[in-house]
Amino acid sequence: MTFDALIGVLLIPAVSAALLAVLPGYKLTARLNVLAALLTFTTAVSLFAVEPRSGSYLLVDDLNKVFIVLTTFVGLTTAVFSASYIGHEIEIGRLTPRSVRFYHAMYQTLMFAMNLALIANNIGLMWVAIELATLTTVLMVGIYRTHEALEAAWKYFILGSVGIALALFGTILVYMAARPVIGEGLYAMVWTVLITKAARFDPALLNVAFVFLLLGYGTKVGLAPLHAWLPDAHAEGPTPISAVLSGLLLNVALYALLRFKMLLALNPGAIAPGPLMVTLGLISCLFAAFMLYRRRDIKRLFAYSSIEHMGIIVFAFGMGGPLANFAGLLHMTMHSLTKSAIFFAVGHISQVKGTQKIADIGGLTVTHPVLGWGLVLGVVAIAGLPPLGIFMSEFLVVSSTFAREPWLAIVLVLAILVALGGLFLRLNTVAFGEPRGPAAPAEASYVPMFAHLALVFMAGIYMPPALVAGFENVARLLG
Amino acid sequence: MGTLTFDVAHLLAGSLVLVSVMMLYQDRLYALLNVYALHALVLAASVAWQAFVQDAPHLYVTAAIALIFKAVIIPVALHRIIVRLGIHRQIENVVGVGPTMLLGMGLVALSMVVMLRVTTEADPLAREDLAFALSVVLLGLLMMVTRRNAVSQVVGFMSLENGLVLAATGAKGMPLVVEISVAFSVLIAFIVIGIFLFRIRERFDTVDVQALDRFRGERG
Repeated sequence: MTFDALIGVLLIPAVSAALLAVLPGYKLTARLNVLAALLTFTTAVSLFAVEPRSGSYLLVDDLNKVFIVLTTFVGLTTAVFSASYIGHEIEIGRLTPRSVRFYHAMYQTLMFAMNLALIANNIGLMWVAIELATLTTVLMVGIYRTHEALEAAWKYFILGSVGIALALFGTILVYMAARPVIGEGLYAMVWTVLITKAARFDPALLNVAFVFLLLGYGTKVGLAPLHAWLPDAHAEGPTPISAVLSGLLLNVALYALLRFKMLLALNPGAIAPGPLMVTLGLISCLFAAFMLYRRRDIKRLFAYSSIEHMGIIVFAFGMGGPLANFAGLLHMTMHSLTKSAIFFAVGHISQVKGTQKIADIGGLTVTHPVLGWGLVLGVVAIAGLPPLGIFMSEFLVVSSTFAREPWLAIVLVLAILVALGGLFLRLNTVAFGEPRGPAAPAEASYVPMFAHLALVFMAGIYMPPALVAGFENVARLLG
Repeated sequence: MGTLTFDVAHLLAGSLVLVSVMMLYQDRLYALLNVYALHALVLAASVAWQAFVQDAPHLYVTAAIALIFKAVIIPVALHRIIVRLGIHRQIENVVGVGPTMLLGMGLVALSMVVMLRVTTEADPLAREDLAFALSVVLLGLLMMVTRRNAVSQVVGFMSLENGLVLAATGAKGMPLVVEISVAFSVLIAFIVIGIFLFRIRERFDTVDVQALDRFRGERG
């Protein structure tokens, strides 16, 4: 097998994970972590220049290119943020040098697993990769070893494993459906083969399979009745992991779901996957929007906001059609960038204030103007105010829905407005008003946060035609 | 396909469901572990029989994993953990034994109805295997929700996973079965033997999951 970019995005994180597990000294390893993430990102970008051939295990097409580049980019910026975050955690003694070594190795393993899930051409391999990603994040969520962190990790493990198990059952059923058409063996699990023959699969079996896959991977996406792990895992783990969870891992699970949705859409006898996804998406969105009002922990607040936005994205993809898919894709990208930027800010804020409780944080724009205004900008973006990127994508989702199902659009708009209210209510306490908590200056790296926000701002004002064309192409692929 | 091969496969898969049901009413941890070991043993026999029938030697690896790892190492390790934690008392059932058994029977009936109806085109062996496997999966889920104790939740999860292995081996010629069973074993090994139960013990003084619920992050 010749070396190409596909192997690269797997090999670089894998090798660096092994290296980081043995190297001492957090300053060196934090830099190495950034370097590895940078290398992976450049390799991923090179996929646009030279497209490697897809084999029966690995695959690259227009759909997963978008996901890979987004994943590796946020992986890179989070690594930069993580370097300064971890430095502070070591200083105050929350993490020991040993646990940092473990943390860095796990970070790269997670990158490896997510990249593998995205480029796997085999639905079994994709499942194994998502399982590996789950396992690494469980371990990282529990890294502080406090009572709360362990409870969060335990909950995440139990719910995540059940989700993963259901997804495997769905995967087996897809194989069973494909076997009579494609024949026994490897090819009945290869995505590129499945998609060409999907029309002739047994529809009844495919239906049952999709229900299992939706519940299974839907748990990992954080859809409403199955979301219980998500706020805990976000709140109790290290903040870089919250950023990666919200910004990336949820997307990877969604990507798996989309692949199977494409399969079902091609089969005339199978149920339409759209309405199921629309329902779950809308429930998540509404539920999370109302839950925002009762949050007292700042990381939990934004975890619920992630559920809300994943709901909107799943809703958009469930509606389907070129416009809604385009909107969903754009919203996913914008949400990843904005939410991780917010978590970068929140990470530093909770470090300088020494707490995550909203009631104990106040007047940030006075005590820490850069962090405070960064957070304000992030929340303005995530709430969907113009002229930022999320406004545009939400506008597209809503307007494309209005044309087809006005009632659904009204419910969606209601949820978005409710969420906006909840977010601003909390933002008001945290960012303005009388300063509360310590006012020591923050040793923060602002570059990742403002890089993300700048991109989101740019997308709201001007989208490069090449990007629009690329997204339109992917939206057509998604059907 | 001879009737004998079919009958034996049927018998083994059916016994797996039976053992799953047996697990539901075990109210002592030791007994639960013993029944789980039996579960893994039946699974190993079933997988080995599939390997023989399908002439798929790689499935023997999966059978060996089930036999050595799940039927011996895990129960022994959990046994030790229970002794060390001193929690070999009664298991509290959230729902009583009677309703649990009724629910369990309902789930088995449900999976038969669902799977047999949608797999009319598949070969009979695979059909029955899938129906039994879904029953085992659902019974495992039922066990996870009716138990409060962390150890028995893990046992529930492991029995659920045995159902998945049954389904995967029943699907004739499915690739990556060995890899998937290894991946699952890694998951379980990580969680069970190592870190989790010890840390939970270390930090919570109890493995009663309900006690873990003290914290919801929004209080105080």
